[in-house]
Amino acid sequence: MGKIEWAMWANEQALASGLILLTGGIVGVAAQFRGWQFAAYAIAAGAFVCLLEYPRSKRAKGTSVERTGQYCFTVCVKSFGPLTRNYYVRAFLHAAICVPGGFMLATVLGCVCLGIASLIYLAAAIRGEHWEPILPKKEVTRKPTDTIKNPPQNPPPRPPPETRRKRVDDLEGAAYDNPIPVGE
Amino acid sequence: MGNFAANEGLSIFVILVWLGINAFLFVHFYMAFLVDKWFYTRVLLGHALSWARAPAACLNFNCMLILLPVCRNLLSFLRGTIQCCSRTAARQLDRNITFHKLVAYMIAFHTAVHIIAHLFNFEFFMDAQLNRNSSHLPFILSEIGSGDNASFLNPIRTNETNPTFVMFTTIAGVTGVAITLALILIITSSMEVIRRSYFEVFWYTHHLFVVFFIGLVFHGFGRIVRGQTAASLDTNQPKECAEQFEDWGADGSNCATPRFAGNPPMTWKWVVGPMFLYVCERLVRFYRSHQKVVITKVVMHPSKTLELQMKRKGFHMEVGQYVFIQCPSVSRLEWHPFTLTSAPEEDYFSAHIRIVGDWTQALYEGCVGDKTEPQEAWKLPKLAIDGPFGTASEDVFRYEVVMLVGAGIGVTPFASILKSVWYKRIQNNQDVFTKKIYFYWLCPETEAFEWFADLLQSLEGQMTEKGVTDFLSYNIYLTRWKDTEAAHFRVHHEAENDPITGLKQKTLYGKPNWDNEFTNIASQHPGTKVGVFLCGPPQLGKSLEKQSLSHSEGDVKFIFNKENF
Repeated sequence: MGKIEWAMWANEQALASGLILLTGGIVGVAAQFRGWQFAAYAIAAGAFVCLLEYPRSKRAKGTSVERTGQYCFTVCVKSFGPLTRNYYVRAFLHAAICVPGGFMLATVLGCVCLGIASLIYLAAAIRGEHWEPILPKKEVTRKPTDTIKNPPQNPPPRPPPETRRKRVDDLEGAAYDNPIPVGE
Repeated sequence: MGNFAANEGLSIFVILVWLGINAFLFVHFYMAFLVDKWFYTRVLLGHALSWARAPAACLNFNCMLILLPVCRNLLSFLRGTIQCCSRTAARQLDRNITFHKLVAYMIAFHTAVHIIAHLFNFEFFMDAQLNRNSSHLPFILSEIGSGDNASFLNPIRTNETNPTFVMFTTIAGVTGVAITLALILIITSSMEVIRRSYFEVFWYTHHLFVVFFIGLVFHGFGRIVRGQTAASLDTNQPKECAEQFEDWGADGSNCATPRFAGNPPMTWKWVVGPMFLYVCERLVRFYRSHQKVVITKVVMHPSKTLELQMKRKGFHMEVGQYVFIQCPSVSRLEWHPFTLTSAPEEDYFSAHIRIVGDWTQALYEGCVGDKTEPQEAWKLPKLAIDGPFGTASEDVFRYEVVMLVGAGIGVTPFASILKSVWYKRIQNNQDVFTKKIYFYWLCPETEAFEWFADLLQSLEGQMTEKGVTDFLSYNIYLTRWKDTEAAHFRVHHEAENDPITGLKQKTLYGKPNWDNEFTNIASQHPGTKVGVFLCGPPQLGKSLEKQSLSHSEGDVKFIFNKENF
């Protein structure tokens, strides 16, 4: 098995759970089910989880793929510093958030899914993973003065046209060793 | 838009038929629950009953379909059988994984509708028990069957409970939660990000489908969906008797108390066939994996490419097929796909493996290690092979003119094709249907040329010997180079052999101008079907597909085929 960053899967699972909580909450409130107060809580909790989980973390190894438009969320989440960086905090936070969802049928699925996400985050935290924001790389402006020299003032010295013609009849004589080494 | 129909027509037709069947099942089962048998059930539930049963029927249909596209041995067999009848139909089977994903999305969608409808059903059932008013029909209906516990309608039998508790104490509820959880875990671990980075997490979690199917089969065993029995409908016509519910069973009334029974479980009838086929598929894979594979030769090529030449009893291959290789000493559970680079005419089969990850690295250390002297044959690691499996490359010889485009390591299936061409045309002097091959190899670095350049060199030599020089026209494009190398190329521009490959055909620099290439080929071969085969990145596939469609005007048709790993 390759090096698995469990946090990546935990992130997908938590985002899905947030959406499920949100949907269950909306159905519970819109249809005025018994215990709709739990559904109202689920809407808030689901939205919060979605916002927290939307920005993907930067991978420790390999290329990170951003979600569309996640930059503003990254900035928000980053501003909480160690609270969002540490996955132990996230694991316990999700475990705490999911509990009230278990009191109403419409939100129980979201509750269980978020609980599973919390467990996967715990596994990630134990393995020492943490959340890193994906920030756009600052372009390193290369100084042009190093590579571009001043253009030559005079034309290069050239032999007369007769000798400049390609010597197709004597390819061996026309070849020469390249002074710059080629290849590794 | 010249040849859109020929390229995409059958796919679109299949998708439309599938969507049509889904829509038909949904509407049919929605209406099926609007009849008299379900009248009293609908008094309690309203249309939420139909909204739950209709997606359930679609779920039965889609769960039946989802196992079929991943039976790759069965598909390979089907592909071989259909190939004689229709090339287009055979190509459809290459899009199996795409179809599997579409069906999965549909299952997720119907699950969502089904669950939301059941949330309403549970709520309404609970309402009926809580509103304990004798002049309230739902309450009267809920009281039916309290004595004998057999002919009841409302599965919630008491008012001292809540829907969540009921869900966890019914078969349908428990299995429903289990299979939904399995489905959600399967979906989140199948996201592209996870699949591409950690295939193992995706593969192992996907095996939760076993839990899914077992739960699905048992989901209806509690017979929780209850309608009026046929016998009861004779004694209690809902349309007449519903209003007289306070007189049911009283003397002088012509309405007896209705009796209800549950529907027998239906899902197993839909899924038992595909489940059996899938079990057979896994047995075939298991059997094949235990056949002895012998490594006859290990060749280490430059640029970290390992070539393994192997033999297995009874192994037959076609050009451009691929196999799954497992090395138990590296990992007991990992199977990785590799294209076969040998031709069917050779007495061994080979794969060129690039060393990019930990599995390939461990395989390399097992086969070669750091030893400079040759390995003993018995020290080589044991391998297991599943396959070979078919790809679009098998179709190459069915076209009169072919364009083969390989990007980087994607050239490997074409190694097999070119070798086979060499054997057929030049050694056996057979008449091959394919008259002209245009081969394009796009490569970002010079080092990757070596093993393939050797092959092209020998082909070139053989063709010159036999005087058949215009059969194969190949173009190698170097898409990236360093400044120092550029100076070397400039200087040796006049040399007879190419400075990089040593071939007579010069290497070209940059990316090919596909418009020009397609136009040239179209003008040289009017009135023919030209097969375009690609093994490379999706962007290149998109542009080739566009070019194929736009140049398929008049009597020249470009048919685009893509490898898919």
